[in-house]
Amino acid sequence: MDSYLLIPFLPLAAFLINILFGRKLIRDNAHWVSILAVLGSWVVSVITVEGVLHGNTVNRDLYAWISSGGFKVSVGFLIDPLTAVMLVVVTTCSSLIHIYSAGYMHGDKGYYRFFSYLSLFTFSMLMLVMANNFLQLYFGWEAVGLCSYFLIGFWYEKKSASDAGKKAFIVNRFGDFGFGIGVIMIFLTLGTLHYDAVFASVKNLIGQTVTIHLLGVQIDLITFIALLLFCGAVGKSAQLPLHVWLPDAMEGPTPVSALIHAATMVTAGVFMVARCNPIFSLSPVAMNVVAVVGAVTALFAGTIALVQNDIKRIIAYSTVSQLGYMFLACGVGAYTAGVFHLYTHAFFKALLFLCAGSVMHAMAGELDLQKMGGLKKHMPVTYWTMLIASLSIAGVPGFAGFFSKDEILWLAYSGPSPVGKFVWAIGTFVAFLTAFYSFRLIFRVFHGKFRGSHEQEHHLHESPKVMTVPLMLLCVGAVASGWVGVPQLLGGGAHFTEFLKPVLGHLEGEGTRSEEWMVMAISIIAGLSGIGLAAFVYLREGDLAAKIAQNFSFVHRVLWNKYYVDELYDAVIVKPTIWTAKNVIVGVTDGKIIEGVVNGVPRLIGRFSSRLRNIQTGMVQQYAAVMAIGAFFVIAAVLLWQ
Amino acid sequence: MPIENSLGFPVLSTLIFLPVVGAAIILLISRKQESLIKSVALLTSIAAFLLSIPLFTDFDKSTHLMQFVEKRQWIPSWNIMYSLGVDGISVLFVLLSTLVTILCVLISWNAVKTKMKEFYISLLILEGAMIGVFCSLDFFLFYIFWEAMLIPMYLLIGVWGGPNRVYAAIKFFLYTLVGSVLMLVGIIVLYFYGGRTFDILQLATRNYPYELQFWLFWAFFAAFAVKVPMFPMHTWLPDAHTEAPTAGSVVLAAVLIKMGAYGFLRFSIPLFPEAARAMTVPMMVLSVIAIIYGAIVCLAQTDLKRLIAYSSVSHMGFVTLGIFAMNVQGLEGGILQMLNHGVVTGALFLSVGVIYERTHSREISDYGGVATVLPIYAAFFMVFTLASIGLPGLNGFVGEFLIILGGFTASKWAGAFAATGIIIGAAYMLWLYQRVFFLQTNQKVAGLHDMNMREIITLVPMIVLVFWIGIYPNTFLSFMHPSVQHLLERVYSGGQGATYAGQIAGLIK
Repeated sequence: MDSYLLIPFLPLAAFLINILFGRKLIRDNAHWVSILAVLGSWVVSVITVEGVLHGNTVNRDLYAWISSGGFKVSVGFLIDPLTAVMLVVVTTCSSLIHIYSAGYMHGDKGYYRFFSYLSLFTFSMLMLVMANNFLQLYFGWEAVGLCSYFLIGFWYEKKSASDAGKKAFIVNRFGDFGFGIGVIMIFLTLGTLHYDAVFASVKNLIGQTVTIHLLGVQIDLITFIALLLFCGAVGKSAQLPLHVWLPDAMEGPTPVSALIHAATMVTAGVFMVARCNPIFSLSPVAMNVVAVVGAVTALFAGTIALVQNDIKRIIAYSTVSQLGYMFLACGVGAYTAGVFHLYTHAFFKALLFLCAGSVMHAMAGELDLQKMGGLKKHMPVTYWTMLIASLSIAGVPGFAGFFSKDEILWLAYSGPSPVGKFVWAIGTFVAFLTAFYSFRLIFRVFHGKFRGSHEQEHHLHESPKVMTVPLMLLCVGAVASGWVGVPQLLGGGAHFTEFLKPVLGHLEGEGTRSEEWMVMAISIIAGLSGIGLAAFVYLREGDLAAKIAQNFSFVHRVLWNKYYVDELYDAVIVKPTIWTAKNVIVGVTDGKIIEGVVNGVPRLIGRFSSRLRNIQTGMVQQYAAVMAIGAFFVIAAVLLWQ
Repeated sequence: MPIENSLGFPVLSTLIFLPVVGAAIILLISRKQESLIKSVALLTSIAAFLLSIPLFTDFDKSTHLMQFVEKRQWIPSWNIMYSLGVDGISVLFVLLSTLVTILCVLISWNAVKTKMKEFYISLLILEGAMIGVFCSLDFFLFYIFWEAMLIPMYLLIGVWGGPNRVYAAIKFFLYTLVGSVLMLVGIIVLYFYGGRTFDILQLATRNYPYELQFWLFWAFFAAFAVKVPMFPMHTWLPDAHTEAPTAGSVVLAAVLIKMGAYGFLRFSIPLFPEAARAMTVPMMVLSVIAIIYGAIVCLAQTDLKRLIAYSSVSHMGFVTLGIFAMNVQGLEGGILQMLNHGVVTGALFLSVGVIYERTHSREISDYGGVATVLPIYAAFFMVFTLASIGLPGLNGFVGEFLIILGGFTASKWAGAFAATGIIIGAAYMLWLYQRVFFLQTNQKVAGLHDMNMREIITLVPMIVLVFWIGIYPNTFLSFMHPSVQHLLERVYSGGQGATYAGQIAGLIK
């Protein structure tokens, strides 16, 4: 039985039903259609994953999608342990966020539209993770980008929202440009786009190079392909230098931020790199690039998050930073650790966003943490769940984030990667930053005195059950999801690594047990000291934070303005392009040169013929004189010729 | 040589002359009976479409030979034949022509109020001529249809167009005429050189000296490049598109400009294979320039129709790139992209017509918040926008991907530069969509009523095609395989151009 087909196609059916009949017929019941579909997907996923645990993997083509000459690619599905992990993450988070949205979006005039997009997104994401070839991966890749565009710009009447949606799509296209060419390169060198065939034969490319004539560069073919693919991951997973769209994406409704811009879509880049590990592993250069980009992004985004005041943006930068962690892991060869962090991160980050949404719900849409404070007593469920999520992300032992983060740091430190020690040092420092800004958020929002208006204070309330129950369920994930990967050092079985070993291989760290204890201890200390420092700065009376900001005003300004990257792109790419389009291409080339010739030639002919017309005076004596002169010259010419 | 007509009646002739008969009937109807005029036009176009369906269902996909052929002596003294037939390259465009005509009639239903009778007569005659162009297998016949097509189009722009219509119509006419005349010279040279025959299939089996191929290639190029239009012969297009009435823009975008690309496929490449192969480099360079140039120009447009017109320049750049990549993926992608562009750009112009009928404005700044006022319309427009920017799962992607794959195979730089067009494409189309449909509702669109049933019916076939080609393109690609294979065999059957082309190709790889 091909019951796994239901996993993506149930949400697709829900999308079709809602988009066609939602506006007039279903309206406020739209959530039922979508929620039932995604729960159905979840159930089938669980059954399918159960099968994978017993060794029943699937790799099957549904039908031939495009065939042209030697190019053939199918719509097909691959369900192996890596897909299984993603199925769990996607369907679980998606289900809970669907339910939460029914409360959060209640009363919105685009209610049916919201749920149709959520369903479409779930379908696309599932197609992405279940693909068995690169072109279908690309389909899912672009389709989730489209849903992201729809949902970021969901409140399209707001200029900032529709700008942000557009920006997300276009920035991603830059990454996809490289990704697409990478896919084409794979086909041209290996003659197929199906994973199993590509990964089986990619070894044959070792030693081959590709020459880029105009640049005079010769690079290793596998490195070239791997880096092109990584371009796509950089866009989709918001890594430097294409990270700019993700913070803006917070314009979308908060459940969207939780689902798409934290738990699932943005991790597609990590998933893709992990999926392509047979390619990446053959190129040390590409691996180092992945690791360093990941580490630098983690640091870069982590520093920005320190000073922001918009609670959703803080979490967004935190996401960018954590995604950097995952790439760092992949880059040092610890794919399983990267995917493990992807898996735990999905729960605690989705939870953080949904808690932020719950806060916004109580604060009538307010996002500025300067206007919050003391919310703990008004919304206890939100407080406790968000606290647990923050403990998890801060890497406090026992919580999910601890296990995955620890595994990444240990394998970076002890693995064979030449940049391993370097990225380990950055990673550890980022762990400190992460704990600090996460608890800055907690303390500023929930502790101390309320700093908003009286009206807001009056309005404060805990969210309804439909929202808090998903919070509590996600909370279970934020704590327990890490327990499947307890390292042997702590007496665990590292089941997660074992499960993924057939697909991702396994990296053995080289080091003594005492070194392993040391690395773990350092990361715990980093996390705890981050929490402690946040408590020291934000829990006491007085304006310590403001003083620090004043004393380091330059650093603060740079961080506050996010290193001016947006401004840089605007000045270097956006404005010059539009200026050239208007003033050079349309103004000069098209308008003056080409149109000049086009209109000029007929005009010249016109002018010439109007001159010529003057000859036709109608006076016979003039004609006769001209004829006589003409005749004279003709006769003279003939005579001279002879 | 050509296989017999499997349908048992001259289907192609019927398709060509049925619209003409319809036009003649309209001519006899009194000017006052407006709904009768429209009904006759609609019924004629529907009948033509229904008649063309067997071309789709009964087409033998296993051969490159011409099908549904008709061949009769016409002017024996000059050896001119009345010869028709379709193969895997042309058959889909006959279907596209018949479909688009129905949609044009529907979209003009209320929009055209003046000289209604003449309007529908022009439209139907245009349909007949267009089908004739795609079916002709005799150069003389082809040229007649090719020129005949110009007249109704000229009238459509010049009579029912916008404020600057006369300038646009004359520009359109002169541009295409100049190109066509050079082609006529080429045809006559071929006639004498090829043994006094106008038979296209026969001429396409001969071998001509390289010098002659070279000059004839450029003579034909003049006609086809203007039609496509290729950079820098494109400036008639925005004017013509912008000033033409909706139906005119739609026919122009969906069918007329395909004829340039069709000309390359039917004539330039098989007749002058060595010259075509030698000219791949300049052709690909011009294509890539068109892709990027057209896209950048779009960023600076303030007029809805003008923007879509320039996007055609960019998209047709993809088509010519695919054709001159001279490999299976490029050619099949190119042909499919011709179809895609016809569907998507045709649909976009139809959509613009829907809103223009309500506001009578083409200025983008007169819009804003249309999605709030006309949600169904916004959904339709969104699908076409996404198809236009090549979203996988919709038709534009399949064509563009195959073209970039083919282009990349031929020259890495061509493929890579062409792919940048996709980034800019997303930018200008999404920006357009934002300015028109999102943001606060503009006072000028407040209170407009959403699409009515007639308009929805007009756009639904295009939506179906967008998804059909996107999800299961093999239905359409399978028509092309033998014909494209045959074309490539012709191109690569040797000759002196090969070495020459190889040298140049080596430089840019």
